[in-house]
Amino acid sequence: MSNTHIPSTPRPGPPPSRPAPAAPPMPADGAWSSASDARIGLQIRGLSKRFGGVAALDAVDLRIEAGELIALVGPSGSGKTTLLRAIAGLLPADAGEIRFGDRDATALSLRERNVGFVFQHYALFRHMTVAENVAFGLRSRPRARRPPRSAITSRVEELLRLVQLPEHGARYPDQLSGGQKQRIALARALAIEPSVLLLDEPFGALDAKVRVELRRWLRALHEQTGRTTVFVTHDQEEALELADRVVILRDGRIEQVGTPDDIYREPRSAYVFDFIGRSNRIDGRIEDGAFIADGLRLDASAAAGTAAADPGRAGAPPVAGPSQLFVRPHDLALCADGDGDDAGDRLAATVVAVRRRADRITLELALQRHDARWELDLVDHAQPCPAAGAPVRLRLRRWRAYPRSQ
Amino acid sequence: MHDHSPLREPPWVRRALISVAALLMLALVVLPLAMVLSAAFGEGFRAWMDALTMPDALSALRLTLFTVAIVLPVNAVFGVLAAWAIARFDFFGKRVLIALIDLPFAVSPVVAGLCLVLLFGSQGWFAEILRDYDIRILFARPGIVLATLFITFPFVVRELIPLMQQQGVEEELAARSLGAGAWTMFTRITLPNIRWGLLYGVLLCGARAMGEFGAVSVVSGHIRGQTNTLPLHIEILYNEFDSTGAFAAASLLSCMALITLLVKFWLESRHADGIAASHRRH
Repeated sequence: MSNTHIPSTPRPGPPPSRPAPAAPPMPADGAWSSASDARIGLQIRGLSKRFGGVAALDAVDLRIEAGELIALVGPSGSGKTTLLRAIAGLLPADAGEIRFGDRDATALSLRERNVGFVFQHYALFRHMTVAENVAFGLRSRPRARRPPRSAITSRVEELLRLVQLPEHGARYPDQLSGGQKQRIALARALAIEPSVLLLDEPFGALDAKVRVELRRWLRALHEQTGRTTVFVTHDQEEALELADRVVILRDGRIEQVGTPDDIYREPRSAYVFDFIGRSNRIDGRIEDGAFIADGLRLDASAAAGTAAADPGRAGAPPVAGPSQLFVRPHDLALCADGDGDDAGDRLAATVVAVRRRADRITLELALQRHDARWELDLVDHAQPCPAAGAPVRLRLRRWRAYPRSQ
Repeated sequence: MHDHSPLREPPWVRRALISVAALLMLALVVLPLAMVLSAAFGEGFRAWMDALTMPDALSALRLTLFTVAIVLPVNAVFGVLAAWAIARFDFFGKRVLIALIDLPFAVSPVVAGLCLVLLFGSQGWFAEILRDYDIRILFARPGIVLATLFITFPFVVRELIPLMQQQGVEEELAARSLGAGAWTMFTRITLPNIRWGLLYGVLLCGARAMGEFGAVSVVSGHIRGQTNTLPLHIEILYNEFDSTGAFAAASLLSCMALITLLVKFWLESRHADGIAASHRRH
């Protein structure tokens, strides 16, 4: 967990291909950065929401620590956006509780929750300039809490520098690119010193290159401001790269919560394994502590690297019964001729196609004794690459097996 | 550019079509309008001025402007409210309501006028109450205003519903999440976003309100100097063979329409994105 302090001369790494003016030092008072009382955690208990007959959220429990950067990830319909909107107060929940720090926010309206919500399509006020957009939250405060005009102006300038668009205050939203709009939307949300920052598919509407730049920039900004941040994405890569912890949702329930490393190394279910990256699979069964499929026997209790799993904790004995084996394309290796021909832990396959990517070669394989198409990544370019049609033998370097319902 | 268009037609077809359209416009719109103007000034500028400054004409003009001055703000306010309700909320009977909004467009204005007679006439539903309190609606200003309100109601609503639906609620939600109250949100986000569309709707509404004849004719009673609007005044003069007076008044009405048209043209060219897509010129 990042317990970030305000760096004295913070510089969110400027996007590589778009040189930005050097970010100025942050104001010493840290008014809109990580003032410690502004950093609160979130606690969600038993949150449920139904649309018609469908449960969009089904008794979700989640604890978010102060200052954390959390990704809600899942395919469409998994409830991730519903959860984000419920936290913001954009949607009333049917049941359950949301606490901001030690305050019960369940009954608070959108306006009272003081969250910074960044909409997927930014929702910038089109008839206002960028500066007016950023100033809106402060200007809309009741007179008693409204800062004086000059303070608002200088705050807006600070925020525009923070998002590296100091020259854009007089422009209108439709004069900005997608990435610039996104950053202005962020500045506008930060202006009210929100207790949490919520972002709905923050990079969804951007093209691939800008998306990667903005992702790194957002991470840097988060380190700088230290504000508790929750964002929604359907892109597992984005979630893994950006977040402190990743929450994987499925059908309105939380399937797994963990750091990107945890999630990637120890996917708790076939669903998570499959969602988090490319995967190959075959059906088989667990018997006597081994995964057994036609022509294949893998010791499930073997040493590190091949540790089989059952859902739950690593190291527990695998549950006997029908099972499905999962392996990542880069955890497959080609065996040299004569290497362990008689061992039961090899799979015979035929190369169907060879596809070259920028950073790897991917072999498309047809398993010989199973009705399955697999992919294998050749990372080592020195290795000879078999041609299409060639028979190969595969060794599984790392794999996981999950119970299969039948 | 046209050479690359997949819809390329032979030049003579293009020219023929354009000529036909131009000729039709000339025969049906430009010529009659020119005729009105030439007839209005046929006996000289003096006669034209005299015709417009006679008491009946002035009173008709005043009544028309009075009606427009009431109808426009009322329709603007109710139009915004109705469009807001329909674009933002789901409620039982919404589709029926949307269909009903078009009713004034579909029903003949004469029928609309007769409905008012049925309600407020001496045999009407409210006849007794009106008699008891000595309120005159028919053959008086209230009737004329009511008839015009009914006829022109759809213009603002029809303009705003698609606009508000297309703009969506996200900006309003964003304003709320930034701490704005309902009134701040409405005045600083909602209203500015629909202002050009609203102005456009009000403009169309005004043009129609000035020119409305059928419904007003039924409820007005044609009392000279009292319940004659400009269109009614024109008809009376025309029926009395006072063609100079009729055409002078007609030229005035046409000029008001032309001005409206110019403002509409300006709005469309300057603020097309603030006007509902259904009205956009391409």
